[in-house]
Parts: sequence; C-alpha cells; structure tokens
Amino acid sequence: MEPILEVENLEISFPTRAGVFEAVRDISFSLGRERLGIVGESGSGKSLTGRSILRLIKPPGILSATKIALHGENLLDFTEKQMRNVRGHRISMVMQDPKFSLNPVMTIGSQIIEAYRLHSKASKKQALKATLEMLDAVMIRDPERVIRAYPHEMSGGMGQRIMIAMMLIPRPEILIADEPTSALDVTVQKEVLEIMDKLVHERGMGLIFISHDLNLVSSFCDRVLIMYGGRIVETCRADRLYEAKHPYTRGLLNSMPHLDNPKTRLEVLKRDDDWANQPSVSGALLMDDTL
Amino acid sequence: MSPFPSFLSATFRILISIVITMIGLLLITFFIGRVMPIDPVLSIVGESASRATYDEAYIRLGLDKPLIVQFFNFLIDVFRGDFGESLLTARPVSQDLIRVFPATLELATVGTIIGVLVGVPLGVIAAVKQGTWFDHVARVVALIGYSMPVFWIGLIGLLVFYGILGWVGGPGRLDIFYVDMIPSVTGMILIDSLLAGDMDIFWNAVSHIMLPAGLLAYYSLAYISRMTRSFMLEQLEQEYITTARVKGLSEHTVVWRHALGNVKVQLVTVIALSYAGLLEGSVLTETIFSWPGIGLYITTALLSADMNAVLGGTIVVGLVFVCLNILADLLYKVFDPRAR
Amino acid sequence: MTHNSETAQNQHNQSLHSWLLSETPTSRRQAKLSVIYHSWLAFKSNPMAMAGLVILVLLLICAAFAPFLTTHDPFEQDLALGLSAPGENGFWLGSDNLGRDIYSRLIYGSRITLYIVTLVAVMAPIAGLFIGTLAGYLGGWLDFVLMRITDIFLAFPRLILALAFVSVLGAGIENAVLAIVLTAWPPYARIARAETLTIRNADFISAVKLQGAGPLRIIVRHIWPLCISSLVIRVTLDMAGIILTAAGLGFLGLGAQPPSPEWGAMISAGRKFILYHWWVATMPGLAIFVVSLAFNLLGDGLRDVLDPKGKS
Repeated sequence: MEPILEVENLEISFPTRAGVFEAVRDISFSLGRERLGIVGESGSGKSLTGRSILRLIKPPGILSATKIALHGENLLDFTEKQMRNVRGHRISMVMQDPKFSLNPVMTIGSQIIEAYRLHSKASKKQALKATLEMLDAVMIRDPERVIRAYPHEMSGGMGQRIMIAMMLIPRPEILIADEPTSALDVTVQKEVLEIMDKLVHERGMGLIFISHDLNLVSSFCDRVLIMYGGRIVETCRADRLYEAKHPYTRGLLNSMPHLDNPKTRLEVLKRDDDWANQPSVSGALLMDDTL
Repeated sequence: MSPFPSFLSATFRILISIVITMIGLLLITFFIGRVMPIDPVLSIVGESASRATYDEAYIRLGLDKPLIVQFFNFLIDVFRGDFGESLLTARPVSQDLIRVFPATLELATVGTIIGVLVGVPLGVIAAVKQGTWFDHVARVVALIGYSMPVFWIGLIGLLVFYGILGWVGGPGRLDIFYVDMIPSVTGMILIDSLLAGDMDIFWNAVSHIMLPAGLLAYYSLAYISRMTRSFMLEQLEQEYITTARVKGLSEHTVVWRHALGNVKVQLVTVIALSYAGLLEGSVLTETIFSWPGIGLYITTALLSADMNAVLGGTIVVGLVFVCLNILADLLYKVFDPRAR
Repeated sequence: MTHNSETAQNQHNQSLHSWLLSETPTSRRQAKLSVIYHSWLAFKSNPMAMAGLVILVLLLICAAFAPFLTTHDPFEQDLALGLSAPGENGFWLGSDNLGRDIYSRLIYGSRITLYIVTLVAVMAPIAGLFIGTLAGYLGGWLDFVLMRITDIFLAFPRLILALAFVSVLGAGIENAVLAIVLTAWPPYARIARAETLTIRNADFISAVKLQGAGPLRIIVRHIWPLCISSLVIRVTLDMAGIILTAAGLGFLGLGAQPPSPEWGAMISAGRKFILYHWWVATMPGLAIFVVSLAFNLLGDGLRDVLDPKGKS
C-alpha cells in the first residue's frame, strides 16, 4: 500500500520558565488508505500530533520535523497560503466536542456552505444542494430545517454528524478524528462512528483516529500506534493488539475487564520512568501491513 | 435568585423591573428637588420674593400636603410631561427639553459612530497582535483617553484647531449667519440640512460638529477598544476558531467573521453603555463648545439655580439611560441566537 | 559606610531575596511574604505601572512639602505681572490674570486633589462594602430592596446625579465629595455582595456560627476582610474617574471655590484667555491629566498582577 502521508522525526516543544518542555519527541509514522489509531493517555502528545499535520500548533509551541509529506510533497515547505489550500481541502479534522467546535452564532448551513465554497467554485445554489446531500449522507433527518438552525439547537450526536459533514464536504483525502466520540452519550457513539467509517471507506480516505480508548481503537482501526510521554512506544495491527509486547500496552490491556476471562480484581498500571526515555518506535507502513 | 413568582413570564418580569427602576429614578429626583433643599420654595422663587409670592408658591408646590401625596403629584406631573416652568427661559421646561435634546443626540450619535468605527478595529487588531508594539500603543491610547479631562482637552482642541489652524468651525452648531436658515424637522442640523438640500449649511455643520464629536469619540473608542480586545482574546481561544482554521479559512476570515461575529453579541451592550456615557459626557463638552444641548441647558440652569430645569433635564437624561440599557438587553437577544 | 559592611549588606540582600523566592517556604509568614514579593516582582517588571507609581509618589511629596517647593505664595496677587508667559518675571509656568504664580498654585492644588480623592476613596467603598455585605449575607427582602436601590443609582448618569446633588447641597469641596460618594458607591456594593454570596455558605462561616457569633460579628470580622482585595483593585481603577469628576465639578464652579487653587477651577478661570494666553488653562489641565494617567497606569498594572483574569 502506497503511503498518502509520511511524518518523519516530528517534534513539538513548548518553552517554559523551567526550560523547554518536549510534548512530542522524535516520532515517525506514515498513513495509507487505512484507519490508523493513535492511542495514549492525556498528555501523551496524541492530539498535538494530529494538529501538527495541519500545521496548527498554536504559539508558543514549536513544531519541527524532517518532513511531513503529503503524496511526497513536504508540507513544511508550503507557504501559509498553500497550507490553507491543504487544510479542509486535502486534510481535515473532526474535534472532540461539537458544543465548542461549531460557531455558535452562525447557522449550520452557512458554516457548511462556507467550507464547501472555500475549496470549489460552486455557486450558492450548487453549494446549498451539496450541503443538503451531505447532511443526508450523515443521516440528518430534515436537512432543510437543520441548515437554518444554530448549533445550540442540536443534540451532541447531531452536532458531531454535522461536524463530519462539514469536514468531509470538500472531499479531503485524510480525516483526522480527535476523540470524536468522547464527549457524546454512549448510545450515539456507535452511530457516529459507523457513519464516519462508512464515508471514509466509500471515499477511499485515510483516517487518523485519535483516542484514549484502547478497546474502541482496536475494534475500529486497522493499525494502532501507542503513544506514551510524547513517543510512540509500540505499533501493531489492531487485530493483533493482544500480542502487544511493550509493558505499557500490556499494562493497559491487563487493566481492562474481559468477559471471557473475568478477574475479581483488575490490575493497576505500574509505570516505569524508562518508557519515556526509550527512543520512539517507527509507525511507518510495512509490507506485511497490507490488509 | 428571582424575587418574582415563577408563573410570571420573563417579559413581564423585565417590565416590572423597568417600572421599579423608573419609579426609583423619579424618587431620587424628587428627593433631590423637594426634600433635600432646606427650603424648596426659596430655591424656586428666589431670595428676593415677597411673602405673598412665597406663600403662593408654597401652596402651588403642594408642600402643605404629606410627602407621599407630594410624590404622587410629582409622578402625575412627570407622566403628563409637566416639569414646571423654567426661571431662566420663562417657558415650560418640557418645551425647552424638546428643543435642546436633538442637539445632544446629534453630538453623541456622531461621536459613537466614530468611536465604534475606530475602536472596534483597534481592539480587534490589538487582540490579534497581543504583546506586540501595536498592542502597547493601543493600550496607551486608551489609557490617555481615560485620563484626560474632557473640558480641558476641548479647550486645547479649540485653541489648536480653531484658534491657530482654523481647520474647524468654532463654538456652536453653525456659523452665526447660517443659524435658523433651514426649517427644523428632526432638530439635528446634519439631517435637516440634507433634507433641505442645502449643502453649504451641511458642510458648515460638519465643520462645527467635527471637534466636539471627535473628542467624545475618543472617549468612547478608549472604552470600546479595551472591551473589544478582551472579548476577542477570549473568543480566539475557543475551539470553533480551530475548526475555522482547519477548514482552511484565511486568518482574516477567522478573525473578522468568526471571532468578531461572536464578540458582536457582547459588544452591543458595551456600545449602548458608551452611547449613554457620551450623553453624560456631553454635559462638560457642550459647556466648552457652547453646544446648545441638554448638557449646556442643565449647567446653565444650575448656575442660575433654576431647579425645575435642572430636575427636568436630570429626569430626561436618566430615562434615556434606562431606555438605552433596556435596548442593549433587547439587541443582545437579536444578535445571540442562544438568547432567543 | 565602609567597603566591608557594604558587602555584608549585599550578601544580606541576596539571602533575603532567595528566602523570599523559596519554592518551599518553612513558615506561613514566609509563604505570605513570598506571595507579596512575587507580586511585587511582577509589578516591578511592568514599566508603565512603575511610572504611575513614581508619579504618585512625587505627587505625595509635592503635597507634603508644598511650602518648600514653591517659589511664590499661591494667593499673592500682583496685577502688574498678570498673564506673564512661562519663564517670564520669575514665573516658571507663567502667571494667571491676577498675577498669581501658576506653578505654586499647582503644587498647593495637589493637596486639594489628594484630599478629595482620599475622602472619596475611603467613604465610597466603605459605604458599598456595608450595603453589599449586608444585602448578600442577610438575603431575602432586604437584599432585594438594597439591590434595587443600587440598580437605580447605577442606572443614573453619575456626573448628572452629582451635579443635581451639588446644586441642592450648595457648591464647595465637602459637598462635591459627598455628591461623588453618593454616586460612586453602587459598583462597590455589587462587588461586595457578589463576594459575600460566595463566602456566605463556606464551612468556616458555619463554624463561626456554631460558636455563637451573630451576623454583625460575622460580617465585620470574617466577611469584610475577604472583600477588601477586590475592592482595592476597583478603587485604584476608579481613582482617575474620581479626579476627573471632581475637576469637572470644580470647572463648573460647583466644587472648590475661588481663590482656592483647585485644578479644575483653575482651568475654568483660564478659559477666557485660552486663545491668547494658552498656559493659564493648559498647565492645570496637564496636572490633572498626568495624575489621573498615573492612577490609570497603576490600576492597570495592579489588576494584571492581582487579578490576571480581569474579573473586576
């Protein structure tokens, strides 16, 4: 499988009064037309990794890498203007909580149309038609009413589906989903994931799925990167996650309940300072990853 | 915590609280005018009045009746628009107020428009460029605005721009030979002259209003730009701003459409308050520029102990204040979809 | 001082500095002083706030040592030397129409400005504190009535209300102060009430109540001290406004009366001569401007240090 995106030696650091804090430390990975999961606890650098692909690290954060290449073109060499043509158009991102990630004073329709018309020469009428179709594709009932509504009138599940519609309408090749279901009710999480999965699959896109939920990632993704302390500590195929060797991954797996192997007491994760100091494992696509 | 029973609708509750505020406002003016002066009659008829005039005024003011009755009568008078007669002009105060109010309104409106047009962009840019020299300059500009006595800077302005440079018209609303040349429709000369199609008068009025309105605008832009900056800083941290950037929008659109779109909601209140503040600031400004508005009317009345005129003017300005506050609340609902 | 003791002094300063900056204080006193010291360092690093502080210290010095700093008697008239330009006839900043030295009058005027500002800055917050804590702590209908009154006063334009008060009380400094206080207390009452509401149900208040303390004792001993800091920030930010209002009243002839060298009244007196003798009105205006700018700079800096989120 050809990689769409290659990231090499990515580092993100924040200068603080007590010296430089390295939030992401020298990680490399690549993405094909697959569903790549990035798992880690909060502070492990997984969200920053996602945002760095779009070059959206807010100052004072500093981003450096050998390359972040989209089809071989290094995004780090792009001007801000070229970058804007990548954002939304070729790589897009869905964020955690639709309550905060949608603009509260703009109608849903105008926000989606804005995203669509930014990257195409469509007329207002065409854009409206495309928006209605897109809302239909994310299973929004009565899209005519929804485009005139404001975000606060939507439930969390609807908000996230609208967010997906908005991010997919310019037909990007890569979607980064940063904890897309963490803020939602358990009952609608599955529905939102299914819609996202279906669209990503139909359009032959690459998906980077960022989550703290190991179970969810292993059942939803093809391949998994496990991050700890700003590094990738382990990478494996999602269906072989139970074979994982790294003590952190093993610890996480063992601290989850299993129906087929019930325990009276779950294990507690024991941390080892060494984990954070070992070099990153490469998350690049390998030949045997071909699915 | 609401002191009203919950079965009352929200609108009704707002209405009640407006009525309470208005009555309170009138109560304060009543106290100032009728209760606090050691002898309210003297303050109306003057020291040299004869015994008969004094007694007549005493009865006419209803001072022989209990306070609560006096207040009630006062309320009735105010609702009928009867503020008594002015000592100075020998006309009903209400007529005087109708004549002078448009001048103040014109001044404060032009001031607010300039203040918003300059203050909002200044605040937005200062927020976007937080910590840069632009931000510091904007801060100093605002602090200077907060610190200058308006009556002093008005004098200096007159000295420099009228006395030395001759760029603007002097005191008053028009040059003397233009006064009363056009029919008064709205009482605002800028509009009346356009209605009459007389461009000479229009430009003359512009040259006169420029300096006082520009000064008031400076005060309002100091306040508006500081508030805009802090609102913007808050909004730029929000997650929907990241969304807008992820979409690939230019920084210009992110700032001016998405962030400012949300700030607009909060700015409405600020602008209404600053408008009200300018109506008040006009008291000293009008004195300096001999601008025949309500501020000049009140101060002139004050200096000649014309209590009816002072109280009438105070009540009108107070009511306008309250109305502007209510308007701000209503506009908030128009701009914020969440409050509808 | 010998060289040796200077070094010792230096070392002493050094250790005091590190003692104050210690991350692991050993006593409550050290922790408290350390917090103050950190705020001071933050404040000191803000050049504009420091400039404000320096100006205000200079103002205090002017007021305290006025007789030693002035070159003339502020009330002494010499009509022959009237309206001398700055630098002429030994008048540093010129003379007014009655031949009085503007410089000396400004120096003495600083006493009046400080007098007004101090009185208002003490009386208005105390009145607000009293009303706000009473309303917040006792609640119920008293809270409702007091807060309605506060709203009504807030709804009134301050300067106009002050004008109306002075017009019936009569012109003069004390009445001007009273009028400003009457219009300035409501925001303090609001702040004090808000603070009280958050403190009212705290555990330590319940503890004091169990020991049998009455409402008055709780308000005075336990709630007031906690409201002080937010009030202080607000007062500093309001100082410039107080100065401007007082000067405005003086300008309109409702504050200090002639021949008092009050700055606002001086501008008013110089107004007639503005076109040909600019300095008469300009100098006192500059004085007002510099002092209120100093208060604004100080208040802005204090807020950044003490209240980083800009709550007040």
